[in-house]
Amino acid sequence: MLFTRTLLKRHSVLPGFDLALGFTLLYLSFIVLLPLSAAFLKTATMTWPAFWDAVTAPRVLASYRLTFGASFAAALMNSVFGLVVAWVLVRYEFPAKRLVDALVDLPFALPTAVAGIALTALYAQNGWIGRFLPFKVSFTPLGVFVALTFIGLPFVVRTLQPVLEDLHKEVEEAAATLGASRLQTFTKVIFPIISPALLTGFALAFARALGEYGSVIFIAGNMPLVSEITPLLIITKLEQYDYTGATAIAVVMLVSAFAMLLAINGLQAWTRARQGR
Amino acid sequence: MNDNPSTVEYAGRSPEGMRAGLGRPGARPALAPKALQSATTEPAWVKWTLIGIALAFLALFLFVPLAIVFAEAFKKGVGVYLAAITDPDALSAIKLTLIAAGISVPMNLVFGIAAAWCIAKFEFRGKNVLLTLIDLPFSVSPVISGLIYVLIFGLQGWWGEWLRDHDLKVIFAVPGIVLATVFVTFPFVARELIPLMQAQGTEQEEAARVLGANGWQIFRRITLPNVKWALLYGVILCNARAMGEFGAVSVVSGHIRGQTNTMPLHIEILYNEYQFAAAFAVASLLAGLALVTLVLKYLVERRVRAQKKSAEGRSE
Repeated sequence: MLFTRTLLKRHSVLPGFDLALGFTLLYLSFIVLLPLSAAFLKTATMTWPAFWDAVTAPRVLASYRLTFGASFAAALMNSVFGLVVAWVLVRYEFPAKRLVDALVDLPFALPTAVAGIALTALYAQNGWIGRFLPFKVSFTPLGVFVALTFIGLPFVVRTLQPVLEDLHKEVEEAAATLGASRLQTFTKVIFPIISPALLTGFALAFARALGEYGSVIFIAGNMPLVSEITPLLIITKLEQYDYTGATAIAVVMLVSAFAMLLAINGLQAWTRARQGR
Repeated sequence: MNDNPSTVEYAGRSPEGMRAGLGRPGARPALAPKALQSATTEPAWVKWTLIGIALAFLALFLFVPLAIVFAEAFKKGVGVYLAAITDPDALSAIKLTLIAAGISVPMNLVFGIAAAWCIAKFEFRGKNVLLTLIDLPFSVSPVISGLIYVLIFGLQGWWGEWLRDHDLKVIFAVPGIVLATVFVTFPFVARELIPLMQAQGTEQEEAARVLGANGWQIFRRITLPNVKWALLYGVILCNARAMGEFGAVSVVSGHIRGQTNTMPLHIEILYNEYQFAAAFAVASLLAGLALVTLVLKYLVERRVRAQKKSAEGRSE
């Protein structure tokens, strides 16, 4: 009886709900929702054929291919190496481990323009790394891939780390007791448990890469049809005062971003369910 | 009043302590540890190969890019470096960056607290939708974050003519830069506070309320001390993004030297003019800021985790 009463009270006794929610909704509407709706309303003034032409022009299609392709490849690269990094950081002890762990967040903290010029200088043909490579990286689509790998790196590591930390040693001990080799334990026991988190990390890195601009434009070379990413195309259209054209492409990108957001929310729910939380 | 939290915390911690204590005495005979260890760890060569791969990958994509910023900045000597960062255009870019961060961080801080208060402390319909909407700016491309403000405040935009008639400028001026910065840093404080405050529940606030505290007293004496580290954490991340934002600000700034250039935009201009040493000199300031951010983040992170743990222990 007392328990029910305190439960009911819980929602009413504290002050400030109206003020806090009111301010939250007002601020959210003015800063985020209203401006975002402007993009959709602007596109609504276009006729359907005009919209279709704007978002399927050859130069635009080439930019989708590059943006989505390089983002996918970079997220895949980060999934493989991010898993190794997360595993090493959780399971092993080695010198300067804490420093390495802290530096994983560098792409979150380093402004994208700084990352862009640093990677360009590094992977240019006379750069510290570029001079040892038999092929060009800076100013090619490969450069786009390098920049997107940089900015997506922390997502996989940081999504996997807590899941690996929560793994119960007993499960692995049980597998070993039942005669599984270490590799079998990993592929049959550990990997299935962490795979939803791995997929979430992949999706987060992919989603972030889709919209990335700052780090890419320095290293990409920005050749139309070859190394021009979609966000840059939006800016190019804006500079030509083609506002509707720019907005049409922006709407396509927004819709893909929202689809990714939904997918990520679903994946995160799955991860929690898999972990039994 | 002062005694209460500590006893609650102690009660929360004790099951953990008991669990840890239970395992210790006599549970592991002298021989067992070695046998168990080899069954749940990899051979040394696998271990060191994996560490090698991880470090090589991180070096290639993280450490070396960070190092080259400072190397290139000082390549032509300290004189060139100092000249680059004390150039009037550079100084005005630094000033504008500080202004943009100085306005957008407090705005999003107030919003973060308000959003966390209503979402974490109350039950209401549509809460999950609200949570998703708060995270929305993170999934929008920076370029689009700038574009949407051009659509509203630009000359061809909704309020473009009205603004022109009243001699007000938003786009290609400081207000536009601030707005774009506010948009891209919108969720940072809220998303740090909400999970922690949800885990902490409402019991302490309710107790304070029953004892006669008003809303402001509850917030200042109970809630704020409970979430201070998470709050600081959110502010640190918010500030780093605010000072480093490039894409969104680039769209709304108009790149007017000495007037609407932030530090990242100034770097771009110098770089495109082949003034590489100067570009990297200004970039090194932002890279330094990133390193300070990481250090602060590292220091605060542990305290946030401790607060979260004690909150979870309490609710168990």
